Amino acid sequence: MAEMNLLQAINSALDTAMAADDKVICFGEDVGVFGGVFRATSHLQEKYGRDRCFNTPLVEQGIIGFANGLAAQGSVPVAEIQFADYIFPAFDQIVNETAKFRYRSGNLFDVGGLTIRTPYGGGIAGGHYHSQSPEAYFAHTPGLKVVVPRNPHQAKGLLLASIRDPNPVLFLEPKRLYRAAVGEVPDEDYELPLGEAEITQAGSDITLLAWGAQMEVLGKAAELAEKAGISCEIIDLRSILPWDVETVAESVLKTGRLVISHEAPLTGGFAAEIAATIQSRCFLYLESPIARVTGLDTPFPLTLEKEYLPDHLKIFEAIKATIDY
Amino acid sequence: MSQTNKTAIVHKPSFMNGDEFRIPVFKLLKQDGTPYKQARLPELDRDQALRIYRAMLFTRVLDERMLSAQRQGRLSFYMQSTGEEATVVGSTAALDDGDMIMAQYREQGALAYRGFGLDEFMDQLFGNEHDHGKGRQMPIHYGSKALNYLTISSPLATQIPQATGYAYGQKMAGEGHCTITVFGEGAASEGDFHAALNMASVHRVPVIFLCRNNGYAISTPAHEQFSADGIAPRAFGYRMKVIRVDGNDILAVYQATREARKLAVEDNQPVLIEAMTYRLAAHSSSDDPSGYRSRKEEEAWRDKDPILRMRLWLEGQGWWSDDDEKREQESRRREVLEAMKAAEKRRPPALETLVTDVYDRVTPALAQQLADLEVHVRKYPDAYPKSAPYLDDDKAAGGRDHG
Repeated sequence: MAEMNLLQAINSALDTAMAADDKVICFGEDVGVFGGVFRATSHLQEKYGRDRCFNTPLVEQGIIGFANGLAAQGSVPVAEIQFADYIFPAFDQIVNETAKFRYRSGNLFDVGGLTIRTPYGGGIAGGHYHSQSPEAYFAHTPGLKVVVPRNPHQAKGLLLASIRDPNPVLFLEPKRLYRAAVGEVPDEDYELPLGEAEITQAGSDITLLAWGAQMEVLGKAAELAEKAGISCEIIDLRSILPWDVETVAESVLKTGRLVISHEAPLTGGFAAEIAATIQSRCFLYLESPIARVTGLDTPFPLTLEKEYLPDHLKIFEAIKATIDY
Repeated sequence: MSQTNKTAIVHKPSFMNGDEFRIPVFKLLKQDGTPYKQARLPELDRDQALRIYRAMLFTRVLDERMLSAQRQGRLSFYMQSTGEEATVVGSTAALDDGDMIMAQYREQGALAYRGFGLDEFMDQLFGNEHDHGKGRQMPIHYGSKALNYLTISSPLATQIPQATGYAYGQKMAGEGHCTITVFGEGAASEGDFHAALNMASVHRVPVIFLCRNNGYAISTPAHEQFSADGIAPRAFGYRMKVIRVDGNDILAVYQATREARKLAVEDNQPVLIEAMTYRLAAHSSSDDPSGYRSRKEEEAWRDKDPILRMRLWLEGQGWWSDDDEKREQESRRREVLEAMKAAEKRRPPALETLVTDVYDRVTPALAQQLADLEVHVRKYPDAYPKSAPYLDDDKAAGGRDHG
């Protein structure tokens, strides 16, 4: 065990994956000698050579197109998109190619080796284009897996599992926590399961659900709620696609109440999908409507980012409203 | 960096637009099948020459038969390669059969050359239970793992950067293989094309970019697609080797591709080939070219038929005769019709193929959706004739397509 921040945990996962399998290749804008703008790929080129860790030209559609071909060939590409806000030039390659490769060929070809890493989320004064949380766009695409870790330990285990999963994975990294989240991370190789949510705190009155950086916010809100005598069960969804309906439904059958929170805008956000599924699974057990605490239906702002974000106070208010319904 | 160091300096503003470079067209055979005087023909033995010719002829026969099947309402959709057979088959023949082909959609000749079975063509066209793609894509979206031919994808140009990535993997594997990717001059306007060429050049990847410049992107003529001298000059922007070839000249295409392959495999140099040809048929069975081009123009290109040119050359070699031609055409036509009849009678893929291959395993959510759907189909069997009659067979078989 060593104390690591989330970036160091990502770096450790990549290092572990590259050491274990010669076919793992890391590339993207500035990931080579510089080690990435956030340093997630630090020292990898030094250790594994320029063939296995390199800079690409500044062209996201090219990076993912290249990665798709490399994965189809049998390599295990880990492609970095520098910010999730800049993933959209690659949208066609991800949605029409990555996601459909296996299905459209009847399993003759697949790009299961591919992992796309990209930092997402706000709270770093990044404005419109360094803050977005685009998970819902990709959650609407059968064939992809979408994974979001909440802390360093989770990041290493989930990233290793993503790299080795026989399906393409979009791995969204909460950049606000890159250096802010610090924790014990095993030095050795380990994987955490994809497609499984985790109950991080058991409780009985209400279920709180989020993923990634929003888990920390949920925790703060739960502390306020506990002081007000409300017992919260907290769930980290971890995988947005496919998502773990059973764990969430079971918890809501027990508590009868659900608050979901994400940074992305409300309309069409992934909380809507969860709410629809859970109301159909738990209809007769619900004590109050499922609440969503999210970003506003606006572009991500700059100066008023604190106002925009679904912070612990907004979640606390939603918890009380749900309890008092 | 090295380019910048060599940069000359001038003291008057001086603009260039590329007209300084005119890219010639590489030709070996005249339309009458005889070589140009200075032409040195590539070595091509009788067996391979006939393998090439038969693949071209088969492609022509298949295209004619399947278009008429589409007109008769037996097939939902079709795309012909008519007029471009030499570009596709000649380039494929110049490769090792282990090299990867990432095509656009009009490259059935490549599969024909590599030995894709007639039933494999038909099963894909009819989307029946034997289709490798399990009836999931429109006709002509062939794929073959065994023949190193990536399954076709409708979005244009997406295969081009994938070819760069695939070839990078081949370079890492060090087994001496390369990738060829084929696309039209219209698709070359997509960003993916530029991304692919730049990355291939920067990363020194064994890939051949073969542009079929066939004059039209559906109805849009090449002169409305780009203002430069075709696609070839774009290679200069990436410092990539490039050659322009008469795409209807089988020997020129063959030789150009052979040499491109050498550059790719032996020196990791990507190459762009622009093959000048013409789409004699409509874009697809849904298109009618009379709305955007003249008969006269079509006739002029019909006179440059690549299959006829090769046939004349073969006859000159003493390797092919009128009798051979007649026999080959008749037998291939008959075989195509027989295979079509068999394929259209085969049953559709099982209902569960709707949910397999989305992921490596069927997820619980998809299993539930399939179960719900099956209940529904059983309730209204007449509304779902492609699955309802087979549900019990499939159950008895214990799940036909898991894995």
